[in-house]
Amino acid sequence: MSSVAGAPPALAEDDRPRGRSARSGAPRRSDRARQEARLGMLLCAPAVLVLVAVVGYPILQAVWDSLFSYRLTNPDAREFNGLANYALILTDPIWWQALGVTVLITAITVAIELVLGFGLALVMNHALKTLRPALRTAILIPYAIITVVSAFAFLYMFDLTSGFVNSWLPFVADGKDWFATFGSAVSVIILSEIWKTTPFISLLLLSGLAQVPGDLAEAAKVDGATAWQRLWRVTIPNMKAAIMVALLFRTLDAFRIFDNIFIMTNGAAGTESVAFLAYRQTIQRLEIGVGSAVSVLLTILVALIALLFVKGFKVNLAASTRGGR
Amino acid sequence: MRRRAALLATVALVAPLAACASAEAGPPTLTWYINPDSGGQARIAQQCTEESGGDYRIETALLPRDAPGQREQLVRRLAANDASIDIMSLDPPYIPEFANAGFLAPIPQDVQQAVTQDVAEGAIAGATFRDELVTVPFWANTQLLWYRKSVAEAAGLDMTQPVTWDQLVEAAAGQGKTVAVQGVRAESLMVWVNALVESAGGHVLEDSEADEGEDVTPDLDSDAGRRAAEVVRTLADADVGGPQLANANEDINASMFENDDSAGFMVNWPFVWPRANAAVEAGTLDPSVVEDYGWALYPQVDEGQESRPPYGGINLGVGAFSEHVDLAFEAVQCIVDPARQAEYFVTDGNPPSSLVAFDDPEVQEAFPMADVIRESLQNAAPRPQTQFYNEVSSSVQRTWHPPRGVGPDTSPREADELIAAVLSGEALL
Repeated sequence: MSSVAGAPPALAEDDRPRGRSARSGAPRRSDRARQEARLGMLLCAPAVLVLVAVVGYPILQAVWDSLFSYRLTNPDAREFNGLANYALILTDPIWWQALGVTVLITAITVAIELVLGFGLALVMNHALKTLRPALRTAILIPYAIITVVSAFAFLYMFDLTSGFVNSWLPFVADGKDWFATFGSAVSVIILSEIWKTTPFISLLLLSGLAQVPGDLAEAAKVDGATAWQRLWRVTIPNMKAAIMVALLFRTLDAFRIFDNIFIMTNGAAGTESVAFLAYRQTIQRLEIGVGSAVSVLLTILVALIALLFVKGFKVNLAASTRGGR
Repeated sequence: MRRRAALLATVALVAPLAACASAEAGPPTLTWYINPDSGGQARIAQQCTEESGGDYRIETALLPRDAPGQREQLVRRLAANDASIDIMSLDPPYIPEFANAGFLAPIPQDVQQAVTQDVAEGAIAGATFRDELVTVPFWANTQLLWYRKSVAEAAGLDMTQPVTWDQLVEAAAGQGKTVAVQGVRAESLMVWVNALVESAGGHVLEDSEADEGEDVTPDLDSDAGRRAAEVVRTLADADVGGPQLANANEDINASMFENDDSAGFMVNWPFVWPRANAAVEAGTLDPSVVEDYGWALYPQVDEGQESRPPYGGINLGVGAFSEHVDLAFEAVQCIVDPARQAEYFVTDGNPPSSLVAFDDPEVQEAFPMADVIRESLQNAAPRPQTQFYNEVSSSVQRTWHPPRGVGPDTSPREADELIAAVLSGEALL
């Protein structure tokens, strides 16, 4: 995901002027332009083919499997049952509970990460040139850590036998078991998510910040705007596109939360998410049919979120980093 | 120039293949998928390779740490007809599922006879599915009641006689100590619940051999099931399960029991004994702690009714898709040799399924409670032997957790309803 975040700005900047002139300058494309376009398609083709093979094929397979009653250890009894799996899932309170937990975790983590990430991006942006590389590295370290590893770190931190949190926090009883009740368990899960992925969002916001022209802020300053006014009236409106892209990526990511829950509670205390539900049906129960249906529903939800952002909030992915221009 | 480059490229591509081919020569390699232990299975693999006189070579491959994880990995591979699985270490409750799916090679009659001689009843029952021996018992586990002699004495409990759960809870509450049990929402909770229900004279399932999910009849909402729920609730309400009861697993229990301030009683597998002794040797535990350890048969639910302790352990299955089934059975017989089981008990703390292995003097010396373990194994009750075990266990875990929320009038009924609904495809899990 970080590579996606890093790559588009450079690419987009390179080909935009060319693309525009080709389109607006010449109504009928020249041979050369056509050849270039063909070469472009050919160069893309291997990547597209690989993508279709590794993403498209499994999705179609999952959609197909979701229409069957199919248990991996009993393949002979596999039979077509139409949309029965979907009906089962959508009428089961467990699905709605998992969906509620997922939405709750997504909303809280993304909201807090946006504020924190923006603060960190401002710090990185305003830091002295000599400090900047070190600061960026320091802020990015949590993101470089594998989620399972960070989940274990938080588990051991809050664990009653190995943890130190209870003895550090004066208002918490020494015998508090954080993973015993929903409220405290989900708080630790959310905390670990925030710690781990705030750097990602701050990196995206930093690239947005860098695009805000300095002269605008300077002009506002000369006109007597306070720092707070400059932030709200100049900086943020000029990087709206970057903010929306950061929000979109993080929301999609947060919605698929699995690792932290798997390691810390294994779904106990009502902390199951939608992705965890899919895991339980497919991998634990080996019910390929029902599990695929849960996965397909999760995919549809993720696609809906993307659609909502792109259409609803008019996020232009290609223009994300040129918000101010 | 071009030609030479092509030639070089060919050599570069083919050379590693040739190396592979030469490695294949020699005795056939049997892959044994093992559960993590303290190195005992790898050592046995080595010994049997040497003893085979060049007939085969056993290589071990490590499975995940917990039993459900081991099952997941093996099932995924076997469902894809993985021929690399020659021998596998299997947790008993999942054996029916593997047998029913045709993942296990049938055991030849002569081997069946050889590997059931002088083997604990519970272990043979756990290795059998539909009256057919489908796996080979390797080591057999059971839980004991561990107690601190000082606490039992102060509470006035006569530990030479069988004790009940109610007595333990009362004694612990009176002394301000704990009764360590596995309250975590995991397989170990199911182990506890099953032992309680069986000890109360009931069963989790009425008929566990049903072919179809909808024919499985759960029987927790019975006198025995409600009595079991009562025991769980009483223990939770008396606050003797420790602060971490809802997340306590075997390891947490073992450390609770090593702690002088809170330790009173505990139900746990025998690994706690070598664990405590190792801690003493390492200097992290005072020797007086281990001297205070006492052991007895698993507690009774109702006074006078013999308890049915949990049964666990590892059985060996031979993969149905293995290319060396005959050699694999030869190797399995070498692995389960009683002398090797005794050695494995001493080094890794996993009790033998072979009853004669308990007579080994080294075993008697390292495990003063060996005879209690042997007796416990004979009384042990396996968990429901159904191909739908995973669903049954997960349903019980969902409805009997946390221990504080368990109620005799709710949990057994909810468990029955959930098991029935899940197995007839009417609910998610």
